Amino acid sequence: MKHRPSLIAQTGLRIVFHTLVVLSVYLLAAGHNAPGGGFIGGLVVGAALTLVWAVDGPQRLRATLPLPTFTVIGLGLLAAAAAGTIAWAQGRPFFEAVAFGLDLPLFGKVKLTSVFLFDAGVYLVVMGMVLGILVNLGEEVEA
Amino acid sequence: MPGPPPLPFAALPVFWLIGSQLVVAALVLAAGRRRPRSAVIVSAGALAAAFGWLAAQVGTITSGGVVVEHLTWVPHLGVSLDLRLDGLALIMGMVVTGAGALITLYSGAYFKWGPPTARFVGYLTAFAASMLGIVVSDNLYGLFVFWELTTITSYLLIGFEDEKGSARAAALQALLVTGVGGLAMLGGLVLLAQQAGTSSLAALLADPPGGTVTTVALLLVLAGAFTKSAQVPFHFWLPGAMAAPTPASAYLHSATMVKAGVFLLARISPAFHTIPFWTPLVVGIGLTTMILGAWRALRQHDLKLLLAYGTVSQLGLLTALFGMGTPAAVYAGVAMLLAHALFKAPLFLVVGAIDKQTHCRDIRLLDGLARRMPGALAVALAAGLSMAGVLPLFGFVAKEAAFEALLARSPWLLALVAASSALTVAYTARALWGAFGRKPVSAQADLVGAKAGGTPLFLLLPAALPAALGLAFGLLPGLAAPLLEATVGTAGAGALKLWPGLKPALGVSAATLLAGLLLFARRDAVERLQRAGHRRLLAKWAPTGEGIYRRALAGLNRSADRVTAVVQSGSLPVYLGIILLTVILLPGSALVLGTALPRVDFGGHWAQFLTGGVVAAAALAILRVRRRMAAVVLLGAVGYGMAGLFIVYGAPDLALTQLLIETLGIVIFALVLFRLPPYFREARWRLGRALRLGVSAAVGLFVTGAALAVGTASRPPPVSAYFNENALSAGGGRNVVNVILTDFRALDTLGEITVVATAAIGIAGLVTGAVRSRRKRQEP
Repeated sequence: MKHRPSLIAQTGLRIVFHTLVVLSVYLLAAGHNAPGGGFIGGLVVGAALTLVWAVDGPQRLRATLPLPTFTVIGLGLLAAAAAGTIAWAQGRPFFEAVAFGLDLPLFGKVKLTSVFLFDAGVYLVVMGMVLGILVNLGEEVEA
Repeated sequence: MPGPPPLPFAALPVFWLIGSQLVVAALVLAAGRRRPRSAVIVSAGALAAAFGWLAAQVGTITSGGVVVEHLTWVPHLGVSLDLRLDGLALIMGMVVTGAGALITLYSGAYFKWGPPTARFVGYLTAFAASMLGIVVSDNLYGLFVFWELTTITSYLLIGFEDEKGSARAAALQALLVTGVGGLAMLGGLVLLAQQAGTSSLAALLADPPGGTVTTVALLLVLAGAFTKSAQVPFHFWLPGAMAAPTPASAYLHSATMVKAGVFLLARISPAFHTIPFWTPLVVGIGLTTMILGAWRALRQHDLKLLLAYGTVSQLGLLTALFGMGTPAAVYAGVAMLLAHALFKAPLFLVVGAIDKQTHCRDIRLLDGLARRMPGALAVALAAGLSMAGVLPLFGFVAKEAAFEALLARSPWLLALVAASSALTVAYTARALWGAFGRKPVSAQADLVGAKAGGTPLFLLLPAALPAALGLAFGLLPGLAAPLLEATVGTAGAGALKLWPGLKPALGVSAATLLAGLLLFARRDAVERLQRAGHRRLLAKWAPTGEGIYRRALAGLNRSADRVTAVVQSGSLPVYLGIILLTVILLPGSALVLGTALPRVDFGGHWAQFLTGGVVAAAALAILRVRRRMAAVVLLGAVGYGMAGLFIVYGAPDLALTQLLIETLGIVIFALVLFRLPPYFREARWRLGRALRLGVSAAVGLFVTGAALAVGTASRPPPVSAYFNENALSAGGGRNVVNVILTDFRALDTLGEITVVATAAIGIAGLVTGAVRSRRKRQEP
């Protein structure tokens, strides 16, 4: 199958792609209180990557996210597991939620929890999974 | 179990004793490739620092104190990281860290500071961390985790030269043998914890349970200890493990890891040796191993193998001593354990140096090294004489203590150990003469060694230090005595003396020395006898552990092949059919038998009929289409309809997830469909079609029934009420679904994303494998 880029799709992608990525991060961040979360966020960014793959082809996909699949997944697993050890480090049971306030220059007071780190890990794993499917199964379609 | 109040991380020195090694190992493995020197310095420095900290605790421990730390892990299962530094842990920990630091330095020179250095040193440091974990663990499960970590790091080190098939096979053999033992031990530990009602080792030993279950548990734990410490009939993996680079052999397979089993015995034996079966079994196995190892050491030509069988023999003696469990025996055992580390590690290191200088370890070929490598000779003599138990070295002092302890028990035990000591003297002489002596010129062999240079400093110094320590402890036993007394807990359990006086034990020592030298002098006759004995008796009649291992492995592979051939037919319809039939038969029959017909309630929001109608229409249409792609799109429509239902019932999270999954699902389906014919194929035979129809209908009925039954049959108060109430207060979030996923059920989620990651790896493997095999088919 020869790849023929479509102008309409490419223009559409320019508009949609970044919006989707931002939306996915929003879903990840808002997930603890509103609909969303790491799994959904990961799926949304996965959908964005799928669009890149479908419109611009596998080469552009790799240029968009130059990290190897397994690095993404590994970082995700690491983050999720690390979130569990935060409570541990304070002498409390594994995976107990820990909240800590943070004063960021622009955002003001931000409440961060170990749960957010965990969810970010889930986000990365799901994204890596979608990426892996695209890279592995998608590559061969082109060949 | 309520422990003492939690401490902040920084205030946990014993935890950091292990943790720092792990951090260093990770660092060295990640960043040390280009900087072998820094890697060695950092690793050796960390181990030396740990040694220093342990040495600073000697005062506390010998005056009767213990350092105890608690870290909660899974409190509901009694799994925690309870660390306890007592006398036994201290002495073992000092062996682990001290030998570790020296051998790390040695490995740098051994690998000529080349690229493999950092990887090796990283594994070694990771191993040191696991070994320290075993030593200081007070929790049975924590102990098991560290126990298995040493198995894994040992696997990596034995198979370090992974381009060699023999090294990989030896590594696998060690992994399987000790791994099976470890699993048995886990079973035993769980039973013990159940019996004692605590998973704390100290509490268990303070109030040991009894009864049949405890007996079974102890037998299982013994299986773990025996495999780890290479006791008969599991001893064969240890000589095999000599495929490891020599520094690893010196460290893991003589000084530390193989001691884990006897260490565990030393821990638990004082509490359990009064159980009738204990002493006969443990001492029996230990003595058998001791004699067998020493006997077989006399037959070896490879210096490493010779030393390895020597280690097997010494481990047997340690097992027997600890198995007796009396304070005097344990005292002597710890002394032997220390002495063994101080003489066996240097011997291995010297062999490594010889191997590096001459590329040969065969005692028939090494010639004239005494003049070429005088430094190595001096170290080997000091260590070897200690191994043979010659005055005034620490090996002698420890052996005297052992003889005393045995004599108090039974003269027969002493006779056996004395016999093995004579063999030890003989194989020590064989090793020393073999490495350094002059060989008669023979026609068929090319002697090596004439061109060997001296020994590099870093190959000599790490061996010289422990050997010198063996001499110092021998001359001044008072240096080591307080430490040993702290391990037994009672002062005066035994006494280390350089000159014991003209007592029976001394006479036995002298006799074994003479007998050993005689055996060495008549080595040709001994060798002939051994060879004949092996050919006539053992090879024919005795099933060796190794033979059983080989046959078991081959049998396992064969049956796995057969099972795979039956189960994995390679036909998708068959797989699907089996899965669906299982669903119908197992939960399906339970559903039919177990639940009354539920009342169906058709009320609800009007929109559900709309979305339900879409789902039903799409599902029906799937049956009619012929193109696979069209079917997939319609399947997507079913999914979107489901998402609509979720919205109607107020579950936005589920709806969102469902929508995204359906979208990505269609894409992934499309990717796979490129590989399949575009149209569905009609089933060729009529029976097949009928079968498919039947299975499909049954599954449909089952799912419908199950959905209805689950909706109405939730008798116990649903856990969801708890989640709803506590999501905000305990989980700190208003989105209940997300709080469940990331907090209440975080461990489940971690498991699930691990599965996701594994699936990703599987896909990558399948696709790459398929591509590779296709290329292979196209190439020729």
